[in-house]
Amino acid sequence: MSKEKPTVYSYIPNSVPKVKNQMLKAVGAKSVEDFFEDIPEKLRLKKKMNLPKPFLSEQSLRRHVEGILSKNKTCQEYLNFLGAGCWQHYVPAVCDEVNQRGEFLTAYAVEPYDDHGRFQALFEFASMMGELLNMDVVNVPTYDWLQAAATSIRMASRITGRHEAYVSRTISADKLSKLRDYCKPEIQVKLLDYDSETGQLDINSLKTGISSKTAAIYFENPSYLGFIEAYGDEISKIAHDHGAICIVGIDPISLGILIPPIDYGADIVCGDIQPLGMHMQFGGGHAGFIATRDEEKYVMEYPSRLFGIAPTSVEGEYGFGDVAYERTSFAVREEGKEFIGTATALWGITAGVYLALIGPQGMQEIGEGIMQRSRYAMSQISNIKGIKSPVFKSTHFKEFVVNFDGTGKTVAEINKALLRHKIFGGKDLTKEFPELGNSALYCVTEVHTKDDIDRLANALMEVVE
Amino acid sequence: MKDITEKRYSGGKPKLRRFHQAKWDEPIIFELSNEGERGILIPEVEDRVKTEVGDVLSTIPRNMRRRQLPKLPELSQSRVLRHFIRLSQETLGTDLNIDVGQGTCTMKYSPKINEQLVRMPQMTEIHPLQDEETVQGILEVLYKFEQILKEVSGLDQFSLQPGAGSQAIYANASIIRAYHEARGEADQRNEIITTIFSHPSNAACAKTAGFKIITLYPDEKGYPDLEAFKAAVSERTAGLMITNPEDTGIFNPNIEEIVKVVHKAGGLCSYDQANANGILGITRAREPSFDLCHFNLHKSFSAPHGCGGPAVGAMGVTKELAKFLPVPVIEFDGSKYRLNYDRPESIGKVRSFYGVAPVVLKAYAWVMNLGAEGLKEVAEVAVLNNNYLLKKVLEIRGVSAPYAKGKRRIEQVRYSWEKLTRDTGIHSEEIGIRAADFGVHYWTSHHPFIVPEPCTLEPTESYSKSDLDEYVEILRQVSDEAYTNPKLVKTAPHNSTIHKIHHAPLDDPSQWAMTWRAYRKKVRK
Repeated sequence: MSKEKPTVYSYIPNSVPKVKNQMLKAVGAKSVEDFFEDIPEKLRLKKKMNLPKPFLSEQSLRRHVEGILSKNKTCQEYLNFLGAGCWQHYVPAVCDEVNQRGEFLTAYAVEPYDDHGRFQALFEFASMMGELLNMDVVNVPTYDWLQAAATSIRMASRITGRHEAYVSRTISADKLSKLRDYCKPEIQVKLLDYDSETGQLDINSLKTGISSKTAAIYFENPSYLGFIEAYGDEISKIAHDHGAICIVGIDPISLGILIPPIDYGADIVCGDIQPLGMHMQFGGGHAGFIATRDEEKYVMEYPSRLFGIAPTSVEGEYGFGDVAYERTSFAVREEGKEFIGTATALWGITAGVYLALIGPQGMQEIGEGIMQRSRYAMSQISNIKGIKSPVFKSTHFKEFVVNFDGTGKTVAEINKALLRHKIFGGKDLTKEFPELGNSALYCVTEVHTKDDIDRLANALMEVVE
Repeated sequence: MKDITEKRYSGGKPKLRRFHQAKWDEPIIFELSNEGERGILIPEVEDRVKTEVGDVLSTIPRNMRRRQLPKLPELSQSRVLRHFIRLSQETLGTDLNIDVGQGTCTMKYSPKINEQLVRMPQMTEIHPLQDEETVQGILEVLYKFEQILKEVSGLDQFSLQPGAGSQAIYANASIIRAYHEARGEADQRNEIITTIFSHPSNAACAKTAGFKIITLYPDEKGYPDLEAFKAAVSERTAGLMITNPEDTGIFNPNIEEIVKVVHKAGGLCSYDQANANGILGITRAREPSFDLCHFNLHKSFSAPHGCGGPAVGAMGVTKELAKFLPVPVIEFDGSKYRLNYDRPESIGKVRSFYGVAPVVLKAYAWVMNLGAEGLKEVAEVAVLNNNYLLKKVLEIRGVSAPYAKGKRRIEQVRYSWEKLTRDTGIHSEEIGIRAADFGVHYWTSHHPFIVPEPCTLEPTESYSKSDLDEYVEILRQVSDEAYTNPKLVKTAPHNSTIHKIHHAPLDDPSQWAMTWRAYRKKVRK
């Protein structure tokens, strides 16, 4: 019987047996086993791993993966009104074109002498975010908004030397869960109530709770439940009166029409850049930013990399490098601020492309267009018997709570029924906010046309009847 | 026609390219702005909608309305594209170079097919909160990839939620904390033991999770001996977080005994397998009885590094610790995949939703191309490449491989240019900057520099023998220059996009500028 021909793998140049032998000879080894001599026999895996049979050719691999993915229903085939932390916005073709470039896609994290372009692109991302936020320092993005908010609170704790933080109860359950886990070693997270009519953060509950032990107040604008918090000035003033830091979480796509939080007293601003050119990707498009004023006491508390502009030995040449690198865990391990590692740089570059494309005028138009559409949707839906939309008497941006108590149907039932109309209804809030009854969080953006919204209203009418 | 080939490469030296990095002298994007230009137009709202809703902006509470448009640059579309394509050209991705110089980072080939697959609308246009019935495909990928990692590690359950290796280490530290809390020992057990050649995040993340850090240093073999671990362990030990093989590429053969010592003292053991490239199918977390581990899918499992993410740090645990994993977990009942949120003892959310699904998809496709034999081939060839490179590099003047003299290494080596520095005054960083003139990366080491004048090379399985020879020739050339023409090295880079950066402003609060607006305020008033 002839011996089976060894596989030559297309991703492994030296899987060619002849080359392998040459190299073994060059290093004076009998076989590759020689290299593993330090791994005790007991710890060696004796069997072949039990993994599925591979698809060695690219063609068969493609067919296999496409086959699995074809079981997904997309938001192109279905009309989508889900948001709640991941939002369907239009992704300009140039964003995709830039982030698929092999140069950016496959680079990593070393010297600016090899990767000047990466440094400049991320410096420009921070610079454009800075214009949106009216702030001078923005980080190379972290994992997502959850992490950005958690780190913002820990930064505030280190700056103030205090160990409690007040957080608006209208944030998502996921974010609260993250804050509790991440703040646990240092900070007690306490919740601030909201006004049941308007959803607005309850200023009295803040006044009662806050003390000289409070490191920070964290709220979001627009809130997770979609409405605009109107009393930012008052909240930040209360925080400052007690020596606490005011942290505001924002959706950057609202900042063409909403005021930057620093203008009503925010000290740290954070949020997610997924709306700025990232596809939803089942939640894979998130990246969190943190921004502050250019004050040393803030800058030195960032765990993130911060890229700064610097001169080179040639006049008129821009160079870039890490600012205050000694604060990071790369430089000083556990003595650094929290930790730093790979996060979401490519999404930062992409968001920079988005902001450069959309420009000042575009930011305003997209914000206004979103508000017009979501308002139209709220009113169309509210015309349906038994449905209340929006639940809160406040101005909303792109998301809003819809209540179905009067329909006698649960959100789960309604969403199942909407599926038959090829519609993804809003996120079921019954577990997250039981006090809101049978409610769902709907999201409307610039991707929705009047026909789309009318289709939703008609489907809902049919479903609840 | 004359023979062109004969005179190829610099000075006729084989393998030394007359490289020059792209240099576009590209302005900062704000400098390219022309008032009124538009990069993309926003779809108009239908008139019916407009009339029906009226002036929405006036409904925004007055103090919350933006009064001035953001001062973003204004560029037409082709000008935005050109600017960013130029910046991309000034970036040396792995696609372009023999990327063995970024040791510990596992810069392997990221197959293009996988990029095409993640750009299908069935991946890009799915919302994480869609009804489970409508996302069975991606749930299947996530679930199946967890099964693959269970087999690769020998551990019992995985979560793919963490957004990179460091976040996975943090989450593992959080699980260690939750475990001791559940046993009422959290206050007492507040120490994590690690080693100096473990990735710095093991120390930093555990500290962030509230632990005190004990760091052990190597003896001449390259790792702390068993006695050092015994001495560090006590009733205060919460756990061990260790990389193995460590950044030196040396496998700690006492690892099983170390785990035993920690277990006996009541601690848990977490295996940093971020870089598992040299041990896939060779040795696993299970055999030495680790309780937790993590893999970086953007390292060993081929997903591209994206200039530093997006990424995935897959975390795995034993059955006993599975209840603490982040929510939700993915389950399969034989016909349907579902997300289970009912996990009362979970540490909660680590990252939004279920992690970076497209990165998992790339890793899944990579494994499905290779299979069990292919994964082992990856490890064997990565290690063969490394030992070949080691042999060749050690023939270069001025370089050595500290610790474990004469021994083989696993997937990488931390070299030292101590002799060359002593002989020539040239430092490792300078060698790296000069190497950039030949179109390759070069990385020193994590801090602190325990190995003097360090350099960490990791060839992975992705480079051919001739690629490795080319990299070696570059290092040899730079070493020769250091001995014969040190000024040439000192004044490098010569062929880069930019010249030597003046770092002082980056550490000076009165000068540093992290945004263009800060630069304009501070410098260009």
